[in-house]
Amino acid sequence: MRYIDPHIHMVSRITDDYARMADAGCVAITEPAFWAGFDRSAEGFADYFRQLTETEPRRAAMYGIQHHCWLCINAKEAEDTGLSREVIGLIPQYLDRPNVLGVGEIGLNKNSRNELAIFEEQLALAKRHDALVLIHTPHLEDKLKGTRLIVDALKNSGLAPHRVLIDHVEEHTVRIALDGGYWCAMTLYPETKCTPQRAVDILETHGVDRICMNSAGDWGPSDPLSVPLARREMRRRGHVDQLIQRVTFENPLAFLSQSPRFRVEPASV
Amino acid sequence: MSEFAQRTRQQVIDADFLAHRAKLIDIAAFLDRVERAADCSDGAPFADFRARALVSAIAILTDGKSDRARRVLEAFSDHTSRPIDAADEKGACGAWRGAQ
Repeated sequence: MRYIDPHIHMVSRITDDYARMADAGCVAITEPAFWAGFDRSAEGFADYFRQLTETEPRRAAMYGIQHHCWLCINAKEAEDTGLSREVIGLIPQYLDRPNVLGVGEIGLNKNSRNELAIFEEQLALAKRHDALVLIHTPHLEDKLKGTRLIVDALKNSGLAPHRVLIDHVEEHTVRIALDGGYWCAMTLYPETKCTPQRAVDILETHGVDRICMNSAGDWGPSDPLSVPLARREMRRRGHVDQLIQRVTFENPLAFLSQSPRFRVEPASV
Repeated sequence: MSEFAQRTRQQVIDADFLAHRAKLIDIAAFLDRVERAADCSDGAPFADFRARALVSAIAILTDGKSDRARRVLEAFSDHTSRPIDAADEKGACGAWRGAQ
């Protein structure tokens, strides 16, 4: 059974991870721009955007995985508005590259005024370029407030909700995203955040319409095979393959295919 | 949700009881560990806002109401609505400092 991981940071992973994901059925991924663990310069971002649009697609292709990406200044570096505006100025020259789906992962981290201002500027960028948007919601104690602030900003942006995916939802934020008409996704972590078991609980409680699952697979404790783990959990609970396929393949396909650049091999559709 | 397989209570407990029994004992052992810490002779082992939030949230598990996961997450959350003036740190610690 094939799946799409709509949020994974492959620049932080080794090539063996691509092999294991391909063996587990992964046919396409999307990689949002994010924080590297340290604050960078605008020149550093230019190099990063080349890595996302040139190097990673080649590495993924070796294992039959289609690689796509999202570009932005992430919320963790958005407190520096000068750097952020330099990076935002770089983005348009990359938006037409063949694997770029849109602007992301933008959002909030500590819910500050500067983060919010830069978030709104990137929403405007997405609107000007008719780009899809991938939203990062804050972690832990900051998630509830941040998700509310994000949805308020989205309402003011003029972007169509069905062109926006709000990521990292959990039990206390999933309804905020769904009730606003947005797509959403649960990011699965082995510890500290949403586990595959809780993700399946959320599906059982709220249904499968407009919900996806992803692994994040970044440089912290994370597992690039989290989506297959969640699929196994669904199977363990007796859920049918059609339902598993809908959440892990058809749903991300439906959202991402709103970009004409998103593709999976025809045989895998 | 009708499209999902429905399991009986017995099936759910049979499948997951041991794993969650272990998690509960982990929490108990963590609280014991905090109490044994070198500076806990002051009679307030859970004075730290994170430990206080954890102990408060445990009460949600046995209050007889449903939606426990959502309510525990909300108990750890910042419920203010205005953006903060500036982000002076990047990480989250899991509990809101401003909680009473």
